Amino acid sequence: MLLEVKNLRTEFKLKRGTVRAVDDVSFTIDKGEILAIVGESGSGKSVTSLSLMGLIQKPGGVAGGEILFKSQDLTKLSQKELQEIRGNKISMIFQEPMTSLNPVWRIKDQIMENIMTHMKMSKKEALARTVEMLDTVGIPSPAERANDYPHQMSGGMRQRVMTAMALSCEPDLLIADEPTTALDVTIQAQILELLYQMREKFNMAVLLITHDLGVVYEAADRVIVMYCGKIVEEADVKTLFEHPQHPYTVGLLQSIPQIDNESDEHLFMIKGMVPNPLHMPPGCSFSDRCDRCMERCTKEMPELQEINGHKVRCFLYDKAEEGELSAK
Amino acid sequence: MNEVLMKVQDLSKYFTIDTDWRGKPVSVLKAVDEVSLTINKGEAFGLVGESGCGKTTLGKILVNLYSPTSGKIFFEGKELSALNKKQRRSYCKDIQMIFQDPYASLNPRMTVGDIIAEPIIINKLLPMSEVEERVIFLLNCVGLARHQRNRFPHEFSGGQRQRVGIARALAVEPKLIVCDEPVSALDVSIQAQVLNLLDDLKEEFKLTYLFIAHGLGVVKHISDRVGVMYLGKLVEIAPKKELYANPLNPYTQALLSAIPVINSEKKERIILKGDVPSPINPPAGCRFSSRCFKEFGPCKLNAPKLKEVSPGHWVACHLF
Repeated sequence: MLLEVKNLRTEFKLKRGTVRAVDDVSFTIDKGEILAIVGESGSGKSVTSLSLMGLIQKPGGVAGGEILFKSQDLTKLSQKELQEIRGNKISMIFQEPMTSLNPVWRIKDQIMENIMTHMKMSKKEALARTVEMLDTVGIPSPAERANDYPHQMSGGMRQRVMTAMALSCEPDLLIADEPTTALDVTIQAQILELLYQMREKFNMAVLLITHDLGVVYEAADRVIVMYCGKIVEEADVKTLFEHPQHPYTVGLLQSIPQIDNESDEHLFMIKGMVPNPLHMPPGCSFSDRCDRCMERCTKEMPELQEINGHKVRCFLYDKAEEGELSAK
Repeated sequence: MNEVLMKVQDLSKYFTIDTDWRGKPVSVLKAVDEVSLTINKGEAFGLVGESGCGKTTLGKILVNLYSPTSGKIFFEGKELSALNKKQRRSYCKDIQMIFQDPYASLNPRMTVGDIIAEPIIINKLLPMSEVEERVIFLLNCVGLARHQRNRFPHEFSGGQRQRVGIARALAVEPKLIVCDEPVSALDVSIQAQVLNLLDDLKEEFKLTYLFIAHGLGVVKHISDRVGVMYLGKLVEIAPKKELYANPLNPYTQALLSAIPVINSEKKERIILKGDVPSPINPPAGCRFSSRCFKEFGPCKLNAPKLKEVSPGHWVACHLF
């Protein structure tokens, strides 16, 4: 086991109240595994990844729980100790390749900075490694392109540079926060293929954060579905897509227009919208949008329960009623 | 059904990037290059392509936000450039647009009711006394409530704002609505709500859509016919079923294979080399030739023209 997150809670203390963006989230990632977190905007998926990196800014902060990376608790480390790990053992690819590179630095200097900080290399060696990394991620004529500034490159190229930077110290865990959202489909296919190859090559684990269920299906081994800061369902990819259980996951899967779907019928809709994090409905946070909502759902929050490796947070699958349910 | 509402002939839009000292253009961006298509009454025509392929520019020309460099637009049989000022005004009323970004396309200082009322008042469609009633009617049509009339855009979520944008477009009873990526800024569950709404309104108001998007799943859901654009050129037009079942242009094939799909069998994926070339200096001959996996002799020499290979299925490729 490479990373174990236990009961992570991240809160933002605002004047109007406290927003619990990540609420009691626990998961693990093994070596070489691709774990995807899916959810809509405001579900807490990005905050989860930033919490892992220790990058949550005031007024927010990790309010509880443990993040065990190789049995070391990251929440207890000082900033200096964290810096040893960030960019070295755990690195991150951000969503916007347009804004996450420094516009006034050459590509090579940005990548070399990371290598020289963590790998104790001379400038010459670091430059050689930079060119090698740019070559690995598939940038043509890497020695020349290393001298470019970010604005001279296209979106797909910049995302490759980000990937090269993140991989330059051969991390054990790569956090990819919506790595393909800003890109076109043909470029997205290239970047996903690249992530796959890199995983094979370096045997690293990937935490893939996305809202695109298609990308999850193609790339991930295991999936976590988040809604309003909580994990509502967790399973391996095949199980989740073939037998989704939580009404939210079911609705989400049905509401995507699929290209291999022949019917012209209306799309399935999840009614309403994500509740305001300051005014959550009592009980299950999905209860006000759920079409299978029971009286109990509006009063208490269901626990995340595990049935044959498939975790669901819903009263429909309450252990006591399990026999009854499989009968349905 | 097959009555032609809009016909576009060899439409081009060039933007001048740089001029020499005499003001003569030295570098030109060909955003839309000799595009021809027809849109029939009551259909939804989908337009797909990657960023920078000119699909939004084409939409903006049709709603008269850009004037074309060359080419002709016929709307209900009348040519646009031959219209006088008054006729042009009524043309503008008949073609409305729904914009991509619901956060940027509504005036933050106006209430949503005023936003919807403004086009009615400007076009003098109704006496002032009846405007209010119409605004409430439009709000109800798009699934908003009467009491939300006096709220400001910032009080709404993305999906609700997009509904306001739709109500504004409907306010002047248009015949054609250009939907420019109306759902790409929205979450999946909200996206389904807006798509269903657009579908319902099309039936109710007998609308015609030009639906611009980069999500092929979304386009397939809503359109009857689909056109594919690459670097300012239309490379393929076909009825929806035909295009998705039997794509002929290599670019369309690559585009379709690149979409991640949820089904149990993994398909063979075509991964294109490289990036979309710059539209300022596109490759000679066929514009896709630099990335094409079926490129051969004539591709680099001359540009292919759109040909009808089977009824209703048009392709621009030297293979056909």
